[in-house]
Amino acid sequence: MNQINRNLYRVIGASSLGTLIEWYDFYIFGSLATIISSKFFPPGNPTAAFLATLATFAAGFIVRPFGALVFGRLGDLVGRKYTFLVTLVIMGGATFCIGLIPDYNSFKAAPLVVLLLRLLQGLALGGEYGGAATYVAEHSPEHRRGYFTSWIQTTATLGLFVSLAVILICQRSMSTAAFEDWGWRIPFLLSIGLVGVSVLIRMKMQESPLFSRLKAEGKTASNPLKESFGHKANLKMVLLALFGATMGQGVVWYTGQFYTQTFLLKICSLEAAQVNTWIGIALLLATPFFVIFGALSDKIGRKTIMLTGMLLAVFCYRPIFKAFHSMSDTSLKTIASSSADAGRTADDKPAVVNTIHYTDGSKLVSTQLQSADNLREIKKVVTLGDDHRWKFVGLIFVLVLFVTMVYGPIAAFLVELFPIHIRYTSMSLPYHIGNGVFGGLVPFIGTLMYEYSKTPANPGGDILAGLWYPIGIAAVCFVIGILYLTRRHSVH
Amino acid sequence: MNLLKRCLGIFWLLLGPLSMGYLIFEACQKISAHPVQDVYLPWIIIIIVFLPVAIGLMVFGYYALKGEYDV
Repeated sequence: MNQINRNLYRVIGASSLGTLIEWYDFYIFGSLATIISSKFFPPGNPTAAFLATLATFAAGFIVRPFGALVFGRLGDLVGRKYTFLVTLVIMGGATFCIGLIPDYNSFKAAPLVVLLLRLLQGLALGGEYGGAATYVAEHSPEHRRGYFTSWIQTTATLGLFVSLAVILICQRSMSTAAFEDWGWRIPFLLSIGLVGVSVLIRMKMQESPLFSRLKAEGKTASNPLKESFGHKANLKMVLLALFGATMGQGVVWYTGQFYTQTFLLKICSLEAAQVNTWIGIALLLATPFFVIFGALSDKIGRKTIMLTGMLLAVFCYRPIFKAFHSMSDTSLKTIASSSADAGRTADDKPAVVNTIHYTDGSKLVSTQLQSADNLREIKKVVTLGDDHRWKFVGLIFVLVLFVTMVYGPIAAFLVELFPIHIRYTSMSLPYHIGNGVFGGLVPFIGTLMYEYSKTPANPGGDILAGLWYPIGIAAVCFVIGILYLTRRHSVH
Repeated sequence: MNLLKRCLGIFWLLLGPLSMGYLIFEACQKISAHPVQDVYLPWIIIIIVFLPVAIGLMVFGYYALKGEYDV
């Protein structure tokens, strides 16, 4: 390996590590949404608490475009290196502080403080990704830009994987009660150490060579926001990037990696540790494909790969999610044995705990609340038998494969769409609207659509109703992408 | 192909306000049926977030109609 390549891999390593940690920080909140809702939001109505958490989660995404504007502008004025150092410190600090907030019972301002810290996280993430992608792209040779920037693309999935792994390790190393009481704070508190290491590494990096040259020649933008969005020539490319690429990429990303988790936990009622393990395995198996599709995009074009991924998602989502539901539907299984025991709920009310074992090794634990004249089911957890493991992992892998197709080449695609002096600002905004707004709201809108599909005639609702949102957005994006994106747009 | 791009520009131009109108109509229906925080809060978030996006789609449609994306 020659000196140039060694330097390039050092740049990729340092950039990717920081971005991975930012994603990790961002995702532990989403992965622990259920526990956080019970800790920080007024108790009483579990659905309200869950929606409140998702709303906070969405708030983290909604502010991302603002982060893209604030830090994008800074990155185009001051430089890539110092800007993504600042975003890393803000993200780490906010995550660490979430782990320190007392419960709502002892600190009534907890929901507000959580929301503010979440907003800070969103701002920081909005500034981070564009900086890292631009920084790596500006170090890479043009003909291999897809390959080198795809390493940055792995960080979002790896960040999610690391967050799930840390949560699982914490869950497995203590009792459920201890984890729900204080153990959930550990993944948040760990962040400060990880960020410290990453800041030290990034401090040693040099500024991007293309930006340095631009700065030395005095050709940096004086007003990146105006030049990015005030001039028609650039604004039309920003809109094309949003509606023809990042909008569809965002919904495919969040459906594959987040709505799947929400669907399996909330609609299929599967056990959390089992679901997180399967998702973790699938993520790990699929991650190399970010690099494979990134490298392939250098040869056959970014557009072909991204739009194929979107089209496959449009046609495969319903069959895949239907398979998830039918495999976890206990009414289709044969009962081997069952038992009913008297128990108490978390708030010490009398309850009946029914445990049913099925012939395929699955188990259903249903907690029913004992009231004056009837029993009402308040909790249902299904643990599937081992026979189902690889079927689930395989299907989740396919969903993540679509993610790798739409996401692997996108950094190179966006970087090539905009000129160097306003690149950070111009590429960050469509990326974060596509990912943050369209993608980040997938679990929220999906859950809402499912809730609204419940009618008196069909109280269970349409379990696949939530998929119409990502399918519709990906389909529109595919049409815009196939018609309006041309190779001419990618050779700025 | 350029003609198709321009014609579809009208569709994108109209899709922005139409989708916003549909969202606001749905929101009014759901909120008036159950005027509680759990219902109106998500709808307000969705409408606020998608309003600028719908305007962006209109601008995109306008550019497409004007032939800005012609090859």
